[in-house]
Parts: sequence; C-alpha cells; structure tokens
Amino acid sequence: MLPKLFFGYFAFAIIVLSLLVITRRNPVHSVMWMLLLFFQIASMYLFLNAEFIAAIQVIVYAGAILVLFLFVVLLLNLREELLTNRFISAWPVGLVFAGAIFAGAVSAVAAFVPNFSGQYTVDVINRETHTKALGQALYTDFLFPFEIASLILLIAIIGAIVLAKKRMRS
Amino acid sequence: MTGLFEAIVGPGSLDYIINLVIMLIIILLKIAAVVAVALLHVAYATYFERKVIGHMQLRLGPREVGPLGLFQPFADGVKLFFKEDIIPADADKPLFYLAPVIFFISALTSLSVLPFFDGFAVANINIGLLFLFAMSSLGAYGIVLSGWSSNSKYAFLGGLRSASQVISYEIAMGLSLVGVMMMAGSLNLSDIVRAQQHYPLGLFAVPQFLGFFVFVVAAFAETNRLPFDLPEAESELVAGYFTEYSGFRFALFFLGEYTGMLIMSAIASLCFLGGWGLPSFVTAGLPVVAAKVLGLFWFLAKVYAFMFFYYWVRATLPRYRYDQLMAIGWKLLIPLALANIVITGLVKIWIKGMV
Amino acid sequence: MPLVMPDLKPITPEIVMTCLALFILVADVFIKRKETLALLSIIGMAAAAFTFALPGALNTTFGGMFISDGYSMFFKIVFALNVILTILISVKYLAVERVNFGEYYALLLFSTLGMMIMASAGDLIVLYLGLELMALSTYILAGFIRYDMKSNEAALKYFLLGSFASAFLLYGISLAYGLTGTTNLDRIAMTISEKGLAGKPALTLSMIMIAVAFSFKIAAVPFHMWAPDAYEGAPTSVTAFMSVGPKAAGFAVIGRVFLMAFPMVRAEWVAVFIPIAIMTMAVGNIVALSQTNIKRMLAYSSIAHAGYALLGIIAGTADGLASMMNYMLIYAFMNMGAFAVIIMLRSEGFKGDAISDYEGLSKTHPLAAALMLVFMFSLTGIPPTAGFMGKFYIFMAAINAGYTWLVIIAVIFSAISAYFYLRIVMNMYMKDPKETVTLTTSPSMGLALAITTVAVLAIGVLPAKVIYLARVAFP
Repeated sequence: MLPKLFFGYFAFAIIVLSLLVITRRNPVHSVMWMLLLFFQIASMYLFLNAEFIAAIQVIVYAGAILVLFLFVVLLLNLREELLTNRFISAWPVGLVFAGAIFAGAVSAVAAFVPNFSGQYTVDVINRETHTKALGQALYTDFLFPFEIASLILLIAIIGAIVLAKKRMRS
Repeated sequence: MTGLFEAIVGPGSLDYIINLVIMLIIILLKIAAVVAVALLHVAYATYFERKVIGHMQLRLGPREVGPLGLFQPFADGVKLFFKEDIIPADADKPLFYLAPVIFFISALTSLSVLPFFDGFAVANINIGLLFLFAMSSLGAYGIVLSGWSSNSKYAFLGGLRSASQVISYEIAMGLSLVGVMMMAGSLNLSDIVRAQQHYPLGLFAVPQFLGFFVFVVAAFAETNRLPFDLPEAESELVAGYFTEYSGFRFALFFLGEYTGMLIMSAIASLCFLGGWGLPSFVTAGLPVVAAKVLGLFWFLAKVYAFMFFYYWVRATLPRYRYDQLMAIGWKLLIPLALANIVITGLVKIWIKGMV
Repeated sequence: MPLVMPDLKPITPEIVMTCLALFILVADVFIKRKETLALLSIIGMAAAAFTFALPGALNTTFGGMFISDGYSMFFKIVFALNVILTILISVKYLAVERVNFGEYYALLLFSTLGMMIMASAGDLIVLYLGLELMALSTYILAGFIRYDMKSNEAALKYFLLGSFASAFLLYGISLAYGLTGTTNLDRIAMTISEKGLAGKPALTLSMIMIAVAFSFKIAAVPFHMWAPDAYEGAPTSVTAFMSVGPKAAGFAVIGRVFLMAFPMVRAEWVAVFIPIAIMTMAVGNIVALSQTNIKRMLAYSSIAHAGYALLGIIAGTADGLASMMNYMLIYAFMNMGAFAVIIMLRSEGFKGDAISDYEGLSKTHPLAAALMLVFMFSLTGIPPTAGFMGKFYIFMAAINAGYTWLVIIAVIFSAISAYFYLRIVMNMYMKDPKETVTLTTSPSMGLALAITTVAVLAIGVLPAKVIYLARVAFP
C-alpha cells in the first residue's frame, strides 16, 4: 500500500514537472522545474533500490549538466526570449505524434509481466550494496561497453576543444 | 475507529503506522538536535574566525559584546534579522527568494549523513560520500540563481565565476576521495572511519597524502574561501553573487558558507584524519558511553583544527587570478587526483598479491 | 566474481584502431606537417585491416557481445576503404579550407572504429555505444569549418536529429530488454520464440522504434530531413565520409539486428521497411531533380540509394543480404569518386559546388570531366559501371524473394534518377565554360581517383569476384 502510494506520487510528480518544464516561457524557470524533475527521478531510482544511480542522477544531471544548461540559458537575451512563442506553429502535429507514441506505449505495457529476475536480486543488492554490485557488473560482464563509453567521453572532450578552442586560420 | 481504519488500509497495518510515526518523531528529533548544534557551531565559527584573524593581524577581534565578545554572533544575528529586506528592481522575485534557501538547505542537508560519533548519524546510508557530493553540487544553484535573479552585473559575474569554479573543483574533489573509497571499500562514512583504524596512525591522510592535498585545495575552492574567493572578490565585484542581498537573506548565504566550511572540515576529518576513531588502547578500559563522548570530542577537535587552517590560510595567502585558479584545478589537481587513483589501485593489487 | 580475460583475437582490429587513433591524437602535438599524420593514419588503417586476416580473428568474444564473422569483416573492409579514400581526398582540401588540424584524422579514425564496433555488435548495448562513438565523431567533423555558418548549421542539425534518433533507439532497446530480460541479440531471438512474444504490441513497438532509429542513420524517408543540410554544410570530404560510412554501418546493424534478433517478427518489420523503401526512393530521386547545389543533389541521391539497398534487407534472403553488402561496397567507390571530383573544383576563393560550375568542364579539364562522367554513369546504374551491377544484383535478389512489384517501382525511380545525374554530364559536355575553373590537385587526390575509377570500372566489367566475396561472407 505505502510503496504504491509513493510510486504514484513520484510518477505523478514526474509527469506534472515535465509538463511545467516544456510550457514555461522563461527558460530559467524551465531549468528550475527540470531540477525538481531530476530529484523526483532520483527518488524513483532510490525506490528501485538503485541508490548509486540515484546519487549519480543528482550529481551528474542536476549538479553538472543542468548547471551548464543554466549557464547557457543565463546568457540568452531574456527580454527577446520572453516575447517569442514557446512552441513552433507545427505543435499540433507534434502533439498527434506524441499521442500516437503514448498510445503505443500504453498498449505495450500489458505485455510486461514480472516473471523473471536476473543475477542481481534485491537481496543480493542489499547484501552487497548497490555500488559494489554495479561496479562488479560493469568491470566484468560489461567491460567491453564500459571501455567504448570511455572512448565516447574522450571524443566529447576532443570535440569541445576542437570546436571551441582551436585557433583558426593557422 | 480502529476497525474503520483497518478496513481501509488492511489488518495489522495500524501497528505498522504507529511504529512509522514513532520512527519519524525520533528522526525529527535527531534532525533538530543536529541542526541546532550545527548552527550554534556556525555562529561561533564566525567568532572564532574573527578572533583568529584578529590576533594574526595583531588586533584583538570582537570583545565588546559580552565577556571576551562571546555574544558577538548573537548580536550580529539580531542585527541581520531586523534589517530591511531589499529586493532590487526588475529582479526575478521567485528565484531571488529561492536562491539563498537552496544554498542554505543544500549545506544543511549534508549534515544528515555525517557520523558525529560511533553509530550516530541522522541517516547512516550506504552512499554517504556520494550524497555529500550531490548536495554540495546543488549549492551551485543557489549561487548561480542569486547572481542571475538580482539583475545586477556584479552579482551576475560573481555567480558565473563561482559556478564554474565550484563545478571545476568538484571534479577534483570527487576524484581525490576515490582513493579513500578504494582503501575503505565503501562509500558509507562510518565504514570509512572504521577502515582507517587498521592503518598507521589511524589515518588515511598518510597513505593518501596526494588525495589529501588535492582534497584540501579543492575544499577551499568549493567553499569560495581565500585564496580562491574570486566569486566574492571585494575589490572587483563588491560582494559577488550576494551583492544585492540584505537582511536575513544575506544571513542565509553567510550561514550556508560557514556550514559548508564545517562540512568540508568534517569530511576531511572523517575521510582522511580518522574521524571519531580512537586508538583501541584508549577505548579499551572505558565504558561505551564515555568512549563515544570522547570520540565526539576527538572528531570535533579535528574539525576545529581544520577550521583553524581555513582561517590561517585566509590570513596568510593572497588571492589567485581567475585563469590561475582554473589552471590549477584542471591541469594540476585533476591529473594528480587521477594519478592517486591509479597508484592506490596498483598498491592495492600489489598488497593483495603479497598476501 | 573474478574477471576472466576475454579472447582478444577477434577484437584485434578494433584495438589496433584505438591505439592508432590515440597515437594520431598525441602525435598531432609534435608533428607540424599534418600530411605526415594523414600518411600515418593510412598506414595504420592498412595495418588494422591486415589483422582482419589473422588466425582466430573469426570468433565471438566478450560473452557474445562482440561477433567477428564474415559479415562484419566485409563491412569492416568497406569502412577501411572509406576512411582511406576520405583521408586521401582531404589532405589538400583541408589546407584550402584552412582547417588543417590533426584532430581531423583522429576523429575520422574514431568514427571508423565506431562503425567497426557496430558491424560486430552482438549486443544492443554495444551496438548503441558503437553508434554513438561513430555519430559523435561525425557530428564534430561536420562542424569542422568553424568559421563557416553552413558548417555550423550542418553539425547542429545532424547532432540534434541524431540525438533524437538515439533516443528512439534507446526506447526500443529498453522495451526489448523489458520483454526479454537480455540485450544479447541471439538470446532476444531465443526468448521471443520461447515465450511466444511474437505479435505482442510491445515487441512490435520496440521493433518499430529500433527501425526508426536506424532509418535516421541511413537517411531513409521520412527520417531524412537532416541529410541535405548536413551534407551541404559539412566540409566536402566529411560529406563524402558520412555519405558512405555511417550509411554502411547503419545497413550492417539493420541486417544484424533484424535478421538475428527479430526473425520471428519478420512479417512486421518487412511491413515497416517496404513503405520506407518506396518513400525513400521516391523522395530521394524526385527532390534531387530540382537541386542546384551538387552536394545537396548528392545528398538526395544518397537518400535514394539507401532506398535501393533496403530492397536487399526486405528480400531477407542470403542473396539479398549479400547484394546489399555488395551495393555498399560499390556505392563507397562511386560516391567517393564523385566527391573527389567535387573537392578538386574547390579552390582558394571558389566554392565549386553549384551544378552550373560544371558547365563546359570537358573543354577546360577533359580528364576530370571524364572521371565525373564515369561516376555519374555508375550512380545512375548504366553498364558497364559498377553501379549497374550493384543495382542488378539487388533487384535480382528482390525478384527471387518475390518482390517483383517493388523492383518495378525501383526501376521506375532509377530511370527518373538518370535525369539529374546526366544533367551534370550534359553541363560538362554540351555547354560552354562560363568562367575558368582551376582544379586543386595533389598526388593523394590522384591516387584516390585512380583507385575509385579502376574499382568502378573493374567491378562493372568483372563483378563476380566481389559478389563471391559478399556471398561467402554471409553464411
């Protein structure tokens, strides 16, 4: 009963906050609602016994990425920004597509039946702590994807430097 | 009444709910105690600072209010509380109100995971260290938003400077603590303290001297203290991001900053200096309660030593230039912290191989 | 849970590539002449390609996450050719555009590495990460001429729509994972058949999401909107690179995922791909008619070619797959050749990417015009060029699989395409030169043109070898 209540609250809050994020006219306010949204998502992870992911969600998304968003948004000309429309004129088309995808997703939900559990059950995670379990999985079974991900991050750094820093017309 | 209740939520759940309520009350009491004690400490940290710096500069510091000036913090508090609350024209009001609160709350929330003595923390969670990072990264919002919403150039520049500084140094700080996590094998702060007792002198600061160095420098930058106080550099930016704040909102920033310093000192104490961990020959003969109380004082002594170090540095070093600050963070501290992680890992494997 | 050292032999080419790319990145700091870096990259790439043939290279490793088989090898050869030809045609071009930086080569190699990982992915996570590695490098390359607004626009559009596609892919993957409890392609297929998941709306939705994401990558209609702007704005050498590499990689994963993980829902995904293929051919060929910029025209042409190649996937037979692989190889040669000629026209202060710039090229530069003629004939599919053979085998495979009506549509659109390809030829041979066009030539460019021309003509005349290679590669 109580878990369901909590889940319901977080799910509802996530939806409402997402709507607030995309409908605010002031981009700084959008970012702030998004911050709250990230917290709800982090709570959802906690709810799933994924404490490490929850902390990372806050540290990386709320603490780093969103602050950078805020940086960019702060440098916008807010007076002009407030006068422009929040959505481009084709938004009804987008709404139709979003609705279609939503309907598809809802129809898909029925197929999900909780009938299997993997190697990492809640008991294992509680015993080993989530951080340890995740680390072990990442460095053994998922070593290969992990290494590729590190290359992707390297590319991102190179790209940022090449596009922003490199002196032109050398 | 009971019957009706059970009919709604199911049998046996009344006891469950009552237990829950009792638990909640206990947690609330714990929180109240920690917050009250911490705020008192913060108040006297300001007094301590003025005294220390005063003496270092051959002055006496506050001595008018109360004996030895001991009531000075309260006088300051009362003054700030009754000052006029000014909101600049064209400020973004909701965010202007919100910013100091975010800043202060993010600092206060960090207190919840600190173990003050053996077995006492408001929330003894597995990811304590990560929680501290998460909360300290939120402090950046208070800074950026206060800078932006004030509608003032000084505040805005201060906010941008501070946010980029905090974000940059957070990386170095996080990485510097990875060595500690690796040695302790846990992110739980109590476990980290316990793990240290198996090491020489009961400290991680000795094997993790690189990490400790990086952490200390990063801690100064994270809290915007000298020599890295560029966001609030008086000579350039008036007071930086909180230039436009007055009265109690200003006090919140002030409190937040000192709470942040206390927390950094506490992390240093817990992760590098052994926290409340006393050598076993001291605790062996003592009753449990006495050992715990002694542990608390031992912990607080380290925290205050670190706070003193903050003040000492402030009285001694000049301010860095902004590009120097960024260069130190990215080109020195982060590589050092990474090297520390690699070395720690290698040594750990090496020791494992020997055993 | 101790780590068991995985078998590294199958993954040697990727390891060599990673080291090479990192080496180029570091060497860039010390080497002032960037041409040296280009040479080193080509040598390194050739060395990596050499390791394809090492003993033990054909195997599955990392617990089924990485599959090295004939199919992936064939695509890796295409990627290697693609990157070598790109480097050859970009050496002088970068100097002309004043963006002669060493990172360019490192990014090309990283992007190629991503494609190689995609082609070998036996797991949806690896597939996604390979795709991101490839795409992220390409986004940066597209915006490489930083002072040029069009290049910026290209990079931004490519990036935004690419991220959108990634979101679709991840949604699809998460649905597939939720249904089957695994991301391994083989095990997904097993679980689908064991639990009788075929036909469930969730699985169909997942399949559609993944198909949409890949359609973005191969620029199939209606997910092609980014392509013309990205192709036009990006540096021409990068346009050449991304019109071949990511597309081939996209086809590689389409073949892998849909035939390996979703064979049970074949009817559904064929039903998704048939309209996409028809629309792709239609839009690509018809919109290309009205283009005045040759890079934009080739963008639409590239869209259209994706449509033809999709027929091989739709056929779904071994022959279909082999003909699709074969088509990618041929397309690499002919498209690279065409872009090489376009790059030659670019010189100091002269863009040379308008179709009118080709007027009278045969009078001023007969050799360049003749080469362009060959590539245009090949892109149209006129014998005896490779393009004809590529289309011929694809259409054959589709007819054998029972899609005659689809082939008829494809042939009609193919005929339409002759108009815009041959318009270039007409401009070159039947009009008088308006202004003097100076060609920017270099030995490496000459080599690239020689390779592509010989390959296009040789495969056109003697196609059996390549067909055989592709047919053997696909089990």
